[in-house]
Amino acid sequence: MNPDDPNKNPSSLLKTRREILRQGVLTTVGALGLATGLELLTRRPGVVAAAAPTCALPRKIYQGPYDTREPVSAIEDITGYNNYYEFGTGKSDPARNAGRLKTRPWSVVIDGMVKKPQTVDIDTLQGWFPLEDRLYRMRCVEGWSLVIPWMGFPLAALLRRIEPTSKARYVKFTALADPKQMPGVKAGILDWPYVEGLRLDEAMHPLTLLAVGLDGKILPNQNGAPLRLVVPWKYGFKNIKAITRITLTDKQPATTWSLIAPHEYGFYANVNPEVDHPRWSQATERRIGELSRRPTLPFNGYAEEVAHLYKGMDLRRYF
Amino acid sequence: MAPSATIGALLPLPVMVYDAFTGQLGANPLQRAEQQTGLLSLTLILLSLACTPLRLLASRLGTRLLWPARVRKTLGLTGALYALIHLGIYLLDRGPGLLDFLQDALKRPYITVGLTAFLLLIPLVLTSRKDSVRKMGFVRWQRLHRLTYLVGALGVLHYWWSVKEDHTPPLIAAGILLVLFALRFVKKRSR
Repeated sequence: MNPDDPNKNPSSLLKTRREILRQGVLTTVGALGLATGLELLTRRPGVVAAAAPTCALPRKIYQGPYDTREPVSAIEDITGYNNYYEFGTGKSDPARNAGRLKTRPWSVVIDGMVKKPQTVDIDTLQGWFPLEDRLYRMRCVEGWSLVIPWMGFPLAALLRRIEPTSKARYVKFTALADPKQMPGVKAGILDWPYVEGLRLDEAMHPLTLLAVGLDGKILPNQNGAPLRLVVPWKYGFKNIKAITRITLTDKQPATTWSLIAPHEYGFYANVNPEVDHPRWSQATERRIGELSRRPTLPFNGYAEEVAHLYKGMDLRRYF
Repeated sequence: MAPSATIGALLPLPVMVYDAFTGQLGANPLQRAEQQTGLLSLTLILLSLACTPLRLLASRLGTRLLWPARVRKTLGLTGALYALIHLGIYLLDRGPGLLDFLQDALKRPYITVGLTAFLLLIPLVLTSRKDSVRKMGFVRWQRLHRLTYLVGALGVLHYWWSVKEDHTPPLIAAGILLVLFALRFVKKRSR
């Protein structure tokens, strides 16, 4: 008879059982520990439900010549998937963090080479113009796109009102940079404030919009409230958010992304499938909500309207 | 210890599938899955590189740890598995056209680097069998498996170049890799 036979020896049977239990506990703890660590490092769960806009703006529904006939993207995607580094680099950071931004009272400084420089309250400013719905494609330089129902007024209308002098050649936009309200500003992710610019003829183009609303409601904070630029034939980063200053100038403004990486992001930033980003192709894009990629169109599909602005320019050089 | 490493390293997969079906991969799910598998792969490869230094450090402090040597292979293999899924998602995302892919791989340094790292993983995976060390001889096997450091370095570079602005996470990964690499030399000199 084998004295070590666990069936015959109750004390060693107990030992084996205890050993199995110990191994089981160790394995479980080890596995869960490793898995938890990996998940904490790599998982970014959840789409944060965006705060619903509260007060509605008067709507003027009209399918204009500039509206795309493509289906509108899901509003949760438009308001939940944003690049807005003032509120963090993650795509859902803006929806999570922008709620605390105070967009009223808000004043916009209009200065530089204009005949009527002034500081104007946002409600006064948007009251000057009838608001229009504009359904535009938006193509991000990262290779994804959305179809967004903006509401706003043409920048040209504002420029006509403030009357640029004959010397003015460019429009420079400056965004809010408040470390108290914007965690990304506090963390110094970029050189703040965010600055963007357009050539005067681009700014005067009827497609160029100053948006104050989205889907017939007031603009959600994560989409650039209370005032943002929308230039649909350019990459999304040109569309500066939370504008506090509009300056007319005779010099091409140094814009935020072109300062950070001049070989990757140019002043013009026209959507162009022929000119790749140094690190990735711009030939295709993912329309958010679709599984397969689609070809990117020259000037984001607005070539007919805007290509003449760049006649004779080498678009590889002026990217 | 090895089964817990296997289970622990593979658990993120079902969680990712769950995330995919509950919309928790966000508005751009393929890209999110691509980023997560890439990061998982790099993390596990760095962890596998940490095993030997950890064991040596412990033995210097007077503790004999057996489990680091046992989980090293598992961590490396699961890291390679995530690299394969990462590449698979990238190819799925690009759609059909192998020629386009090859062109892309040559044209864009961060893809060239990533693909090189993946190709270097193949001989490592193939020589991870129990009898591989015996068949190859320990010295040759060890020399080959030092490639893991190169894979790690290429992986970090690939990560660095794929990030638009916030370079902190790839910098941390680079720092960890450097420390692990430096520890090898400390060990050598002290002999």
